[in-house]
Amino acid sequence: MSVRHALLALLSEGPKYGLQLRDEFEARTGEVWPLNVGQVYTTLQRLERDGLVESEGADEGPQKAFQITESGAAELADWLRTPPDLSSPPRDELVMKVLVAIRLPGTDVPALIQEHRRYLVQLMQEWTRIREGGAEGDLNLALAVDAELFRLDSVVRWLDAVDARLKRAAAEGHVQPARAPLPKQRRHLGVRG
Amino acid sequence: MSMLELRQVSKVYGKGAAQVHALDRVTLSVDEGAMVAVMGPSGSGKSTLLTIAGSLEEPTEGEVLVRGAELAGMSRSDKARLRRRTIGYVFQDYNLLPGLTAAENVSLPLELDGLPARKARAAGIAVLEELGLAERAGRYPDELSGGERQRVAIARAVVGERRLLLADEPSGALDSGNAEAVMRMMHEACKNGGMAAVVVTHDAQLASWADRVVFLRDGRVTDQTAPAPGPESLLTPGRPQ
Repeated sequence: MSVRHALLALLSEGPKYGLQLRDEFEARTGEVWPLNVGQVYTTLQRLERDGLVESEGADEGPQKAFQITESGAAELADWLRTPPDLSSPPRDELVMKVLVAIRLPGTDVPALIQEHRRYLVQLMQEWTRIREGGAEGDLNLALAVDAELFRLDSVVRWLDAVDARLKRAAAEGHVQPARAPLPKQRRHLGVRG
Repeated sequence: MSMLELRQVSKVYGKGAAQVHALDRVTLSVDEGAMVAVMGPSGSGKSTLLTIAGSLEEPTEGEVLVRGAELAGMSRSDKARLRRRTIGYVFQDYNLLPGLTAAENVSLPLELDGLPARKARAAGIAVLEELGLAERAGRYPDELSGGERQRVAIARAVVGERRLLLADEPSGALDSGNAEAVMRMMHEACKNGGMAAVVVTHDAQLASWADRVVFLRDGRVTDQTAPAPGPESLLTPGRPQ
């Protein structure tokens, strides 16, 4: 999440104070992403240095109001249209753990996968409670919760796929997930090193 | 109070080498007001668990109790009455009768149970109103959208004095908006209507509506989520627990 551009977006509605920006940022993101005031001021200072915002008056501190400049508005429009970089897969910690687990002798991989699945489903239950409790009338919160639920759901689905794939591989005699010697597994699973 | 209890329930299909253990000593208890989701890959025994809980099938071993009464000790007619009065079923493909309107579909179980047609119809329409479907009462199933059909099926499953709602992939064929509406509806039937529900699904998003998620694998309960104390009381003030 780019705090920088979120602040530019808020300032495109008109001049605002730092504290006000923090409160509005949290409200707009359904309070899903907390933001501290220090972060807001540091970001504002950088934006000002880059000529994307300007402050009104010489006042320092909470009474200082900021407004967006023309190049700030252009930067914001540009950012909105630029797709985030999703081309290279992130170094996902859970993926790493599962890849390590299938090669580690004595590891009960299905049980390990289930532990992660349970944790994810519990998180999803919490998000669903939040949606059930208050997201109905709050579009921003509903959208942010949807995004979290879809993201977590995709991880659960991946775990389901791992489960199914390991089961199939074991049934076909390709791998013995827990005990096979290392070089053999590497050859058969074709995991990227 | 426990609305549904499975004690060491096993189900074996076939004989000898062709034997399949669909359920293996499953123990599960669902209290009044609670919604439990059963998650697992296909072939894990989810649907068998549901048909046995709903007395549509007999377990090979173990006990099934609905509202404290053991199914094995019941006569055929007692079981039929239990299925008509106490248990509501929701299936993925809705199972509405095409020749009946929404209201007629909903009131049918009450009529079959001997309630005069006029009273049954009134009760059916009342449930449809509660679920925001009053305008659809006179429509036939083929005049309804998929989401509306499933909501009518839920109305049929909760009409009258039903206490136990059993749902097999209830939103499998629906888009996410309608799926959410269906799950919300079932959760409210538990929280506000005092029902108990068991929802079988492979979908984590749907399962996350439940108070507890039970994981099934190769016919066995392998795990379940911890009861969620925080968010519910924290973020939904005023909601009956």
